[in-house]
Amino acid sequence: MNAYVGTPTSRVDGRAKVTGAAKYAGEFPADRLLHGFVVEATISCGRIVRLDTNTAQQVKGVLDVLTHANRPPLADKDEAWKDEVAPDGSPFRPLYDDTIRFNGQPIALVVAEDWETAKFAATLVRVEYEQHGFATDLEGERSNAAEKDKPHKPRGDAAAALAGADVRHEADYVIPTEHHNPMELYATTAVWDDNGKLTIYDKTQGVQNVHKFLCGVFDKKPDDIRVASPYVGGAFGSGLRPQYQVVLATLGALALKRSVRVVLTRQQMYGLGYRPMTIERVGLGAKSDGTLDAITHEAIAVTSRYEDFARNDTGWAEQLYKSPNSRFSHKLVHLDVSTPCDMRAPGAASGVCALECAMDELAVALKLDPIELRLKCYSDHDQSENLPYTSKQLRECYARGADAFGWSRRNPAPRSMRDGKDLVGWGMATGVWEALQMPVAVRIVLTSNGHAEVSCAASDIGTGTYTIVAQVAADALGLPIENISVRLADSSLPQAPVEGGSWMAASSAHAVLAAAEEVRKELLGLAGKIPGSPLAGAKLADTVLIDGSIAGASDTSRAVSIADAMRHGGVERIEKEKLNQFDEDKKHARNTHSAVFAEVKVDEELGVIRVTRVVSAVAAGRILNTKTGRSQIMGSVVWGIGMALHEETVMDHRFGRIMNANIAEYHIPVNADVHDIDVIFVDEPDNRINKLGIKGLGEIGIVGVPAAIANAVYHATGKRIRRFPITLDKLLD
Amino acid sequence: MNNFQYARATDVADAIRLLAADPGAKLIAGGTNLIDLMKENVERPTRLIDISRLPLRKVEETPDGSLRIGALVPNSDLAYHPLIEQRYPLLASAILAGASAQLRNMASVGGNLMQRTRCAYFYDTATPCNKRHPGSGCSAMDGLNRNHAILGTSAACIATNPSDMSVALAALDALVHIAGPSGERTIALTDFHRLPGDKPHVDTNLGTGEIITAIELPPRGFAQNYSYLKIRDRMSYAFALVSVAAALELEGNAIGGARVALGGVAHKPWRSLEAEAALRGQAATPDHFSHAADLLLQGATTRSHNGFKVELARRAIVRTLTQAANATPQSQAHKKIA
Repeated sequence: MNAYVGTPTSRVDGRAKVTGAAKYAGEFPADRLLHGFVVEATISCGRIVRLDTNTAQQVKGVLDVLTHANRPPLADKDEAWKDEVAPDGSPFRPLYDDTIRFNGQPIALVVAEDWETAKFAATLVRVEYEQHGFATDLEGERSNAAEKDKPHKPRGDAAAALAGADVRHEADYVIPTEHHNPMELYATTAVWDDNGKLTIYDKTQGVQNVHKFLCGVFDKKPDDIRVASPYVGGAFGSGLRPQYQVVLATLGALALKRSVRVVLTRQQMYGLGYRPMTIERVGLGAKSDGTLDAITHEAIAVTSRYEDFARNDTGWAEQLYKSPNSRFSHKLVHLDVSTPCDMRAPGAASGVCALECAMDELAVALKLDPIELRLKCYSDHDQSENLPYTSKQLRECYARGADAFGWSRRNPAPRSMRDGKDLVGWGMATGVWEALQMPVAVRIVLTSNGHAEVSCAASDIGTGTYTIVAQVAADALGLPIENISVRLADSSLPQAPVEGGSWMAASSAHAVLAAAEEVRKELLGLAGKIPGSPLAGAKLADTVLIDGSIAGASDTSRAVSIADAMRHGGVERIEKEKLNQFDEDKKHARNTHSAVFAEVKVDEELGVIRVTRVVSAVAAGRILNTKTGRSQIMGSVVWGIGMALHEETVMDHRFGRIMNANIAEYHIPVNADVHDIDVIFVDEPDNRINKLGIKGLGEIGIVGVPAAIANAVYHATGKRIRRFPITLDKLLD
Repeated sequence: MNNFQYARATDVADAIRLLAADPGAKLIAGGTNLIDLMKENVERPTRLIDISRLPLRKVEETPDGSLRIGALVPNSDLAYHPLIEQRYPLLASAILAGASAQLRNMASVGGNLMQRTRCAYFYDTATPCNKRHPGSGCSAMDGLNRNHAILGTSAACIATNPSDMSVALAALDALVHIAGPSGERTIALTDFHRLPGDKPHVDTNLGTGEIITAIELPPRGFAQNYSYLKIRDRMSYAFALVSVAAALELEGNAIGGARVALGGVAHKPWRSLEAEAALRGQAATPDHFSHAADLLLQGATTRSHNGFKVELARRAIVRTLTQAANATPQSQAHKKIA
């Protein structure tokens, strides 16, 4: 039954990717293709007074310069602009009117016969603005923070309990704005056909989301537009919402009745979404024995003037740590910037970082080992709804991680461990994320030669969806994986939500199971009709698909081959589509967990920090593919190193401009910054959450990593840096 | 990027002629910095004069024991050239501390000397910058200046020179061979780059129509006691916050001669003859290194974000001199500071 699920199966799309056969959104060819280049605003707030495109228009090879003044019609109601994951507010509409809402806003699209001409002509567009006052500095505007909503009910009286606690720790932790910087640039190729229909190749995490959005924005019927995104070179949340280049490419194609490609530059991608800067204020009050009495967590986050982007930064302590009193709040500051968006483990990456640094500080104050403190406060229930978990092997994560790391050899005193000129620090932190699952439909077309095509609109953003769908289908259909072809990310395929939130593994896998069961049902009907069939009268539940046959579940020698069953039935192909909906279980909480251990070596004189070892022990239900799963966690750990030590989008608030909008100056870890990473998957059988016990791995890997590193830096140096990233200058006083 | 003419120089004289004829022209060799700047509309040359095929790719020993390096030798080739590895390992190390393998493969020696500052305001045409647009003001002065200069600054500019190679060349007393409309001349590397003063838009003392033809390394290579230490925000592919090229001649534990040059702290590689003189005849001890660091950093001025550089430079100088004295130079391949 499980020839592939749970094994280290290599990526089924690996060869296509490394040979260049895999086509990305900006690579699809089209006849008479035109190229668009975006002109951006250079002010943060105001109005376009004059937009002179004459000189640009006159450049040979330029077909048009689209602006708010001459564009084709766009929808005028917010509803049309609200995509499936839009936050509250009024979404940004590119080239809609003369209003400038943020620096880097697109204000014109130069369309030319080639990209170079469009780029050159873009420099000739002249803009005059009426500038208005603006604010972009979260810390400067902190006093304007207003409560967005209350994601968690307060329990008890946290303020009083904190004030009266035996041991109290309260501090601000500052997480800067960060950008996703996926390797693939944001791009759309809008292919115009002679009937006026459009095929949109777009870099996105959700083709059906983009499809519905474009139909609304351009007032088109569903059949007029098809959206495809077969390969995505990383997105990490930045492609959950339709990005403006898809609107611009479509506008260009409609205006010129030709195919148009728009590829953003790396610099322009800093005008898209980002992880919002947050000030995380965490308060912990404990009894002297190390049990918690109070937890407070307030996040103050940046958002745009036009949308309320808010994620669950606070409240994760409800899942992790027992406390009779708690209060959580999320406040927003509206600034003259573009709207933030989801970025790997949105909310948790920032909020749990603060919480886990605070727990480390509390452990120091209590003179307790950081793991011991966490075990004393360990919560078997999600306290916000007082629910038990479908499964929670976090204790095992602590134990296995600590053992692999050698935690018991840690001298708790800061600055006590050395290696030559380096101070050595060992730190740990907990990670937590949700195990979500969504309705997904899958279509299976089984042909009598024993091949199956499995299709679904879900995207594979590099996470391995193609591979796990093939694995689950191969097992469910009893076929070798080579006989399975997977089609994904086309809006005409069966329903799927955006790929995000770590929900796609569980959601797509169970949709495959559901569709495969329909296939098996039909095969059983065919097989049972064969004279003398060994499966005559067999019940569906008592059958399996195995080794190219339908067979008795308890006695697989009672079998009819798929080929025989279909031949006898006179059937060439069996096509089944099934929408899988998960039973709603309101009696359990569903989460993934991790324990992250980090070793840093800090040059005592120079402050240079190296993360020499990371052990990440993850409990995330059944791991569908231990090879891609391990890669997923390793990549997350590398990102966590970046979040701890490198990543920061730097803005000059006098101009409201990002000053490191490129990947030379926006630092992420390079190979030389990455040392040993050990990934442990802790066994976590879970027969409550779903049939296969899948929880998803997309986000859990980063949560906890920055805090473990920050705590290790404290242990090494005795310095507590609460403003990320931890750069060497912060250690040098 | 603007539209531009392209011309391929047939020889050095042709390059000079083409360059002198068009004040908007720029030479292009590896293009690793110029093309970037053109993409950002910071450089808008009317014409690119391609010198990449000129015969300036030799590394030759001269009769007096110097080494003459053609201006078009790629950075990688130079770093791995046996004569450089053996006689001038300080230079090899500094080159390998810079950029990435791909960039070093493209970048030429002459082009490395001509690279421009990575000040973010210089790169962003929507902000004032005296270097890019003389008289428009310096945005870094009261803006984001964590990476900016602490020595030799002016009221007009606090940008740094980003080169690693130049720092080693400064320490090695390299010479720059130049050809121009009025013939050939040679100037010291330490006189090649300028301090910003009131003309921060002028990076070098290269005259109109002049081109770098070669770099010359004097015989003394300090191959026994040297180190290049680059302190940056990640372990590779980042510009220096502070870098130090140190070279010593030791007689026992006594310093016969010393060279120290700093990168990441000024508009040019920074040397102090006073500091080097103070080391001469002294024992190679941290105290003496520390005193030299004080002399090197005399007159340092800081802005709101770069104050840490003074202490970081002081400690880095002591560390690098110690590495040099112990003949344990910083490795550019290991993932750690020694």
